[in-house]
Amino acid sequence: MKTAFEVIDVHKHFGDVKALAGVSLKAEQGKIYGLLGPNGAGKTTLVRMLSTLLSPDEGSIRVLGTDVVANPDKVRETIGLAGQYAAVDEFMTGRENLYMVGRLYHLDKQEAKDRAQEILERLNLLDAAERPSRTYSGGMRRRLDLGASLVGRPKILFLDEPTTGLDPRTRLELWDIIRELVKNGTSILLTTQYLEEADELADQIAVIDRGKVIVEGTSDQLKSRLGGDVIEMEIPPAKHQKAIETVRKFGTKDPSIEGDHIILPVKEGRKKLIDVVRALDAVKIAPESIALHRPSLDDVFLAVTGQKASDVSQAPKAKKGARS
Amino acid sequence: MTLTKRISYSVTDTWAITHRNLLRYLRLPQLLFFSSFQPVMFLLLFNYVFGGAIGNEAAVPGGRYINFLLPGILVQTSLFGGLQTGIGLAEDMGKGIIDRFRSLPMSRGAVLAGRTFSDMIRNIATISIMLTVGTLLGFRFLNGFIGAIATVAAVIVFSFAFSWMFAFIGMSVRDSETAQLAGFASIFPLTFASAAFVPIQSMPSWLQVFARNQPVTHAVNAARELALGLPSTGAWWKLLLWAGGILAVFIPLSISRYKSRV
Repeated sequence: MKTAFEVIDVHKHFGDVKALAGVSLKAEQGKIYGLLGPNGAGKTTLVRMLSTLLSPDEGSIRVLGTDVVANPDKVRETIGLAGQYAAVDEFMTGRENLYMVGRLYHLDKQEAKDRAQEILERLNLLDAAERPSRTYSGGMRRRLDLGASLVGRPKILFLDEPTTGLDPRTRLELWDIIRELVKNGTSILLTTQYLEEADELADQIAVIDRGKVIVEGTSDQLKSRLGGDVIEMEIPPAKHQKAIETVRKFGTKDPSIEGDHIILPVKEGRKKLIDVVRALDAVKIAPESIALHRPSLDDVFLAVTGQKASDVSQAPKAKKGARS
Repeated sequence: MTLTKRISYSVTDTWAITHRNLLRYLRLPQLLFFSSFQPVMFLLLFNYVFGGAIGNEAAVPGGRYINFLLPGILVQTSLFGGLQTGIGLAEDMGKGIIDRFRSLPMSRGAVLAGRTFSDMIRNIATISIMLTVGTLLGFRFLNGFIGAIATVAAVIVFSFAFSWMFAFIGMSVRDSETAQLAGFASIFPLTFASAAFVPIQSMPSWLQVFARNQPVTHAVNAARELALGLPSTGAWWKLLLWAGGILAVFIPLSISRYKSRV
């Protein structure tokens, strides 16, 4: 395995606040590494260190084998950084922003122009290219920000909560762009508050809270610790017997009953939801309600620490968990 | 990296940032308008309010009060112009764009130098407006073309040096309002307790000691002597000494603050 970046026992304090308390990570090249955690977990601090904006108090960080403290300039030539605060100049047009970044990567004028054009095309921003970026929508600005991070053809891209605050459609667009980048060989570190996002994109996930990695693994490994998705059906008790017989074959475990609700643990919930609806319809059972619940960040924390995430109140959750 | 390459990169990096900052004025022309509005207002107010009180030929060198006043106002204006550096940087610091710059393999001083250069260029524009209005009010250069150029150059060198001091303040406070207040708190005593608006002899003796030996007075005297052809008191080299000293202290301080900014 070729290492994209490696974090070794890193500590960081801001005054009395301990932002990172001994974090170690290792990410493979050409993959997406997902860093999942609530607000204040230390994700941004770690990204800022990997991108040479901050130095660790203790421990060491290497990006493509280069130490970020000893040789930051070499690291800066190989990385791109995009984040939740779209770091573009609002009075410059989209094209001017990309051109400026190109010049700051020391491309010559023609190269910088060509690169700007290429990125505008790729990120579908050509129509807005000559408008000041302050007239952009949030999603467009985020795309331009991502575009700016691509100007230097980075080998490693750090994306700090790239989709926080975006509407679902724009989020899906960004996911597609991210997938395409990886396909072309870029290594990516993605931080997110959304389990769903890490699940969709990341090959390897580390869950981080209060400056510590709580659990690390592939998305499947994490999910198996959680038990995966559940389908919850509200059905009059008189029909419970028949309903259970009908849906049992779709579950990974036997369904359970909670009041009027039948709860069925499943794998690949979205597909199974349709199967369940069809099967129930075939036996003439019409549920009062039916819902798919996916494990949320809260569930991860509950499962691995037995505690609630320290600050998930501000993070919109993927679902409202009704399981017990 | 070779030294020549490093230098040529520093120049292109600085220009890229200067260009970025100047674009803002082109995109927001009202900003340029109002940033010259205030100094023009100062010029009019001082000329018509104080001009009558102290404007006789015996009281001020340079004859008419406007001839005495304009070099002083130019220095004050350029100080406020330098303050813009601090405000602009404090504003940038609060935004994500500085993180972008700091993550690029660009020269570490370019963001600061680009800011001070663009503010210098804007300052030249403001000074031209002031000179035009001043001429309409009766101001005349009395020391020829070279004297006029030297006057403007003295004012610009002075404000460029202060620009770097305000850059340091702006990055330290990291909030544009605080930067503005901190700037006002230093500019007002420096300009009013100086030779800018009234002759120093009219001040109480304890204040005269301060007023005679502070940089704004040297800058004002240098500008006045160069503009009006007054006998030199050596103000111009004191001005250069101060400017050089301020640059020698605040360029390295500002850059190291920029590098270490959390």
